This record gives sequence, C-alpha cells and structure tokens, in this order.
Amino acid sequence: MCSTCGCGQGDKRVEEIHHHHDHHGHHAHDHVHDHGHEHLHEHVHTHADGTTHSHPHEHGDGHSHDHAHTHEHAHEAGAARLISVEQDILAKNDAIAAENRRGFHAAKTLALNLVSSPGSGKTALLVETLKRIDGGYPVAVVEGDQETTADADRIRATGAPAIQINTGKGCHLDADLVRTAVARLGTPQNGVLFIENVGNLVCPAGFDLGEAHKVVIVSVTEGEDKPLKYSGMFAAADLMVVTKTDLLPHLDFDVDRLVANARRVNPAIAVLKLSAKSGDGMERWLNWLAGARALRLAAE
Amino acid sequence: MHEVSLATALIDLVNEQATAARANRVTRLVVEIGALSHVDPHALRFAVDAAALGSVAEGAALQIDEPEGVAYCLDCEASVPIAARGEPCPRCGGGKLLVQGGDEMRLKEMEVV
Repeated sequence: MCSTCGCGQGDKRVEEIHHHHDHHGHHAHDHVHDHGHEHLHEHVHTHADGTTHSHPHEHGDGHSHDHAHTHEHAHEAGAARLISVEQDILAKNDAIAAENRRGFHAAKTLALNLVSSPGSGKTALLVETLKRIDGGYPVAVVEGDQETTADADRIRATGAPAIQINTGKGCHLDADLVRTAVARLGTPQNGVLFIENVGNLVCPAGFDLGEAHKVVIVSVTEGEDKPLKYSGMFAAADLMVVTKTDLLPHLDFDVDRLVANARRVNPAIAVLKLSAKSGDGMERWLNWLAGARALRLAAE
Repeated sequence: MHEVSLATALIDLVNEQATAARANRVTRLVVEIGALSHVDPHALRFAVDAAALGSVAEGAALQIDEPEGVAYCLDCEASVPIAARGEPCPRCGGGKLLVQGGDEMRLKEMEVV
C-alpha cells in the first residue's frame, strides 16, 4: 500500500470522464492506415475549441472504426470535469495502520486496542494485569487521553514501559499517533502492546490502529444496553471484558442481558467477566492474553 | 462522532486528487456515508464546510449519498436490509446478522474545473 497518499494497491483509480463531448460530432478524424492484419494508425483530432492532437493506436484483425476510447488532453479553462475517486475517506489512516500491523507482525507483538467509555476501569485493569504478568513476557503500554499523563504515570509505577499520547481536542487515537508513540517507546518483541484508547465508545471504532484485536471494556455500573447504543464499537471488537463484577451484589445489573445485547450486534464476540479489585476472573483474562500471544508467536 | 476528523481527512484526500488532476477548483463532492457508519450527515456537512475553507474545495457543493444497511442473516442464509446494527432480521426476527454493507465512508467522485 502507498504510504504517501494512502491508496491501496489497485484501489486508486482516477478515470477522467469528459462532459459535453461528442467525439463523433465535433472531431475531424484523419485516419492514415494501411490494412495489414495488425497495424498502428495515427489518429488526429481537432476539437471544438481548436486544439488538435494526435495519438497512435493499434487495431487487431477485423477492427471497427467507432472511436469510443477516452482521451488525455488539456481542457480549456472553465470546463468542468468529473473525477471518479472511489476511495475510503480514512484510507490514509488505514494505510498507516497496515504499516503498524506489519511492524507488530514482524516483531511478533500482540497489539491490543482497548476501548471503552470513560471510567470503565481500563487503567485499573491494565495496572492489575501488568502486576500479574510481572515481567513474564515483554509488555508496553500506549496511553491515550485528551489531557494529563496521569494514566501513563500509573502504568509506569508498575515498572512497565509506557508512553502517553494527549490528543488534546481529539476524541480518539489514530494510526499515525500510535506509529509515533511506538517509534519512541519501542515495540515489545514477542510480547504484548496494550493501546489504551481515549475513553469514548463512538469515535475510536472507525480508526484502525494496526491492532490484532479491539477489546471493548464495559463496567457493570454502566447500562446493559450499551452494545445497542454504541453498536459500531461492539461490532468491531473481538472481545468484551465486563469489569467491576465485585460491585454486582449492590447493583441492579443483568450481565446476561448485556452479553445478549453484545451478541445481537456481534454474534462472534468473546466475553470475559472480571474484577481487577477482587481478582475474580483475572486468571481467565491472563489466559486469554497468553493464548492470543501464543497464536501471534506461532504465526509465520 | 468524529465528523471533524473525517472532514479533515476528506479535504486532504480531495486536495491530493485535485493536485493530481491539475484542477484549479473543486465545485462538487459526492460522498457515500452508509446508514450504519455512525456519521451524522448534518454534522459532517457543517464540518466539511469548515474544513474546506481556504482549500481548493472551498464552497464546493456536497452531495451525501446514504446507502442503507445490508446484513447477512445466518438463519435465513440471505442478505437482508437493516436500519441499524442490533436490529433483528426483518425476515425471520433472528439476531445472527453479519453486516455486509452500509458502513462505508467513501469519496465517490468530484467535479473540478
């Protein structure tokens, strides 16, 4: 993929379609050709605006003389042209994400994009996860927030390398920010890169960062209908982690209904329930990480 | 959602295409924003107008096509139209739907002079 303009290979197709041109009506055609089986002939056009140009073209056997080809030529000023683009608006982001993904693949790094509402307990889960991994394999954390380095400071306190991205007014991380962050932080070879996105269940869904999986985190203090309200994010995630389950006895929260709603928008989504505080379910989450990492290590 | 980011990315793309086509000005943009893409067309329109200021696309007319959502129902084994993610299959009422289309965000074409 082209990293300059963001086009995919064979994806970028700019065809010029000319308006108000009737090639038969307005052009004088001078054909000079001899009738061999394969031949070139020179094709001279004079346009209504007085420009003349010529170009060779080749006929096979049994050629016909309707000239339905398109022409590459300068237009008089003011003539409107229609350009067919057919390109994804986020193609540039997607191209950088693909570059990030190739880098993670080459380093055998499992990259996870952690997304949630603000206050779901992403950072608390990460801190507890890093404590339990306890240097068992390489890890690194990219922290995305609009302001402050508070979260990266919390992560660094566990001894794990972390870098903060402040998006300022931005409501999501994009692939370029992650590329820059990873270049500075270093890719954890054979390990896991946790990318904690800005707390927002809407915007980050559309921006691929180059991760292997999006992991959506929902706490039991939120509503069971979140997957239906923010379906784009749940549709894009491979795993839903339900956090703060230690609070369930105090709440009127139906975990089964949350899971059913998540599966309505994404029948394939995997689900884990845990409490970073009590430690309940943490083992299964660590097993999930170890499994995903093993797959990445095994991949050619 | 992130209409401003999208509008900025759109105008960047338009600038590139206009430069490649040696166009002086862009007079019309046709974009496709699928019904399932979580982009609000009104907010996008506003953001594109703002992002286009000072660019070759300043003042360009913006046409937003909104293709409907299409999903594959695992129970019906058929493609069905859906208005939103999470909605049941309109044929069987089932919930095992995989989105196939209607989530696109594309620049389709542009008119330049």
